[in-house]
Amino acid sequence: MTTALNPKFAFETFVVGAANRLAVTAGRTVAENPGSAYNPLFIYSGSGLGKTHLLMAIGHQAKKVAPGLAIEYLTLDEFVESFHAAIAAGQGDAFRRRFQGVDVLLVDDVQFLTNRKEMQAELLRLTETLQQAGHQIVLTSDRPPSEIADLDERLISRFSGGLVVDIGVPDYETRVAILRRKAEERAAGFQPGVLETVAGAEFENVRELMGALNRLIAFQAVNDQPVNAEAVKQVLGLSAPARGAAPEAAAGAVPAPDEFSQFLTDVSVTVGKAVEAWRARLAEAILRWEGEGYRTKRLEALLDQEAHAGVDEQIAAFGKDVERLKELAAEVQALDPQAAGQSVFRDPERLAEAESVATNVREGAAPPSAPSPAFPLASFAVGPSNEVAVSAVRAAIAQPGKKYNPLVLVGKSGLGKTHLLHALGLELAKKPKAVVACLSTQDFIAELIAAIDGDRVDWWRARYRRATALLLDDIHLLVGKERTQEELFNLFNLLADQERQLVFTAPADPHGLEGLEERIRTRLGGGLVAELAEPDRAVRRAVLARQLELEKIPVEDALLDYLADRPADSVRSVGALLQRVVTGAAAQGQPVTAGLAREILEGQPTRGERRTSGFRTSGIVVSTAGGVRSREKMVWDWPDAADRVMEDLR
Amino acid sequence: MSLVNFTTREITCKIVYYGPGRSGKTTNLHYVYQRVPDQRRGRMVSLATQTDRTLFFDFLPIDLGQISGFTTRFQLYTVPGQVYYNATRRLVLQGADGVVFVGDSQARQLDENLESLQNLQSNLLEHGIDIRTMPLVLQYNKQDLPRELVLTPPELDDALNFRSVPSFPADALHGSGVFETLKGISELVLKRLAAGSAV
Repeated sequence: MTTALNPKFAFETFVVGAANRLAVTAGRTVAENPGSAYNPLFIYSGSGLGKTHLLMAIGHQAKKVAPGLAIEYLTLDEFVESFHAAIAAGQGDAFRRRFQGVDVLLVDDVQFLTNRKEMQAELLRLTETLQQAGHQIVLTSDRPPSEIADLDERLISRFSGGLVVDIGVPDYETRVAILRRKAEERAAGFQPGVLETVAGAEFENVRELMGALNRLIAFQAVNDQPVNAEAVKQVLGLSAPARGAAPEAAAGAVPAPDEFSQFLTDVSVTVGKAVEAWRARLAEAILRWEGEGYRTKRLEALLDQEAHAGVDEQIAAFGKDVERLKELAAEVQALDPQAAGQSVFRDPERLAEAESVATNVREGAAPPSAPSPAFPLASFAVGPSNEVAVSAVRAAIAQPGKKYNPLVLVGKSGLGKTHLLHALGLELAKKPKAVVACLSTQDFIAELIAAIDGDRVDWWRARYRRATALLLDDIHLLVGKERTQEELFNLFNLLADQERQLVFTAPADPHGLEGLEERIRTRLGGGLVAELAEPDRAVRRAVLARQLELEKIPVEDALLDYLADRPADSVRSVGALLQRVVTGAAAQGQPVTAGLAREILEGQPTRGERRTSGFRTSGIVVSTAGGVRSREKMVWDWPDAADRVMEDLR
Repeated sequence: MSLVNFTTREITCKIVYYGPGRSGKTTNLHYVYQRVPDQRRGRMVSLATQTDRTLFFDFLPIDLGQISGFTTRFQLYTVPGQVYYNATRRLVLQGADGVVFVGDSQARQLDENLESLQNLQSNLLEHGIDIRTMPLVLQYNKQDLPRELVLTPPELDDALNFRSVPSFPADALHGSGVFETLKGISELVLKRLAAGSAV
């Protein structure tokens, strides 16, 4: 019975111009404050200028503002019909009650009240009731109340008591705007000047304007070819005679709105016909990519060819290449903004180059520090004191990342942790596609600081994220380096998840490393902590033998045995011991022998140097001043008591 | 000059306005100049004597922007109409893609029109061009003058348009027929793109 509100007719879709601004403003006000602003609101206008649209828009808006409102839209005919039906059914009261409960009553086309006395009386009663209850009434008509023939005086005064507004014929600009919006709604594209020409035709109302637009859309669809401004006039029958002779006479004074635009349109059509379609597509593609800053040499070359074979494929391929370049550039941008500025990322001809640049950047322009070749595993002296660590290292080499991850090598300074670390790194690096990052924690920190400074932390991270193994020497140096700990934490998790080998060295068990974040300490302790003890005799002997070999000194068992028997708390001090013997021998111009070594190390104090007082125990000279003057014991570390006893007994 | 250059993706049309002295060639260009938006037109070069007669030639470049991916430019030239500037006329004709013959509709100027047409033909021949192969339109200017002074377009067609090329009545001073003429010649010229006679 009651027409539903058409959702297309809302304020949003209503094109406002000078001719209808007042009506729209009044409509909005009423919709937002029903019953309080203008009651009733009476809108009149010629046919097809938007009365119904505006009326429904008020309904929508009122509903939007206050969803609980009862809103009734109906045409007067519907109103009359339902009234008659109600009377016929003997339900006149029900009819009245129904409308008395409405919060916003929207009645369209009330001009049809003419000659309907009983309806006028009914509407008058309803209007009074609704007004008293503060309910909104909006009416539309094709003429003002006073011009509706045979309308009850009381109704006229009541209708005029609120606000009476009219909607005029839209001006040229509004017509263009309406046409544009409608064309947009229908996704119809027109050549420049076409809609303007239609708008210039002075249709009497919007409905006719829409009709014209529909005709154009249909014409374009049928002919599969855009209409130009000139053809519009023919399609719509707007040719010169329709306008009469007047424009002809005035042509000199008032030139057509835009002769140049029309000319441009015409030329475009002509060129469009003349240039082969494939060339036009090609040229447009070039223009587009050029506009985006890409080199289009490849496509330009195609323009010169005669045939169009494969052109579309080429354009598509080019577009694909550009997309790839964009991807690469975006990726590189994230890692290394400087590298992303390179011109290779703008030239599809150099896509391969761009790929390799991206690869380089991705992998870090400089790969992470590799293990030093100076520390091969073969040269690492193995003995009972370090065999646990060495076997752990061998296990890590055999199954990197799987067995002991992380592996933490713990021991005092000079026991060969660094050697073992690099040896492990070297072995891991021999594996296919291995990227072994092996460096001191100090360098690791320094690199991060440089990356932060150069605003390329991402790049720095990327370098390490591709590592198949990360080996950090002296992990305790992370103490107090919060940012590096943070980065290492993330890197650790990432690499560990991918079963990549992590190896660290530390002077003591990681649990005892003060100042290291708990999350790192627990992670370090989560794998295997292998300790390197002070070198045992076997280790010392092996180290000495290798050193002698390096010094090209004939290896005598007696010498080896003697030196290996000397106490040493670290591999490094063993080396130093030998060094002293070698330099001493060189100074005396004698070959290195066990005897000479003993002389040098244990001291044959010269006569002049003999103390007048003091006594000599094995290797120890106590001076009168109470100082220890033995050259050996003075300069180097004291062996522990047990060793000394052994030595004394020897 | 080639009409279309695929390498640089340019279409350049050189159109020469030809005709007897005082027939309204420069007026045509002026009207076009006024209608072209600033950013689309180059500076109009006009070399005129003190009495506004074209001494050398007028030149009006128009940039139509990108059409089908091609940078499209029109270059409009006029020639000096007076008989004694024939060398200039011949020079300007060089490389023309199309010719607009601007005729004077006044009955008493008919002979001048004929003479100028013949001059056009012979000057084109000097460049080795047969006038029948050159895109050509006729414009019958000054149709705004009193009826008794001018010939009607059909009469002028009979007298001048031997080859039945497109012809346009015009009033260049007020602009009617100016763009129609330009559009006419443009279509003829640009059709040659498709015919493949360009490049």
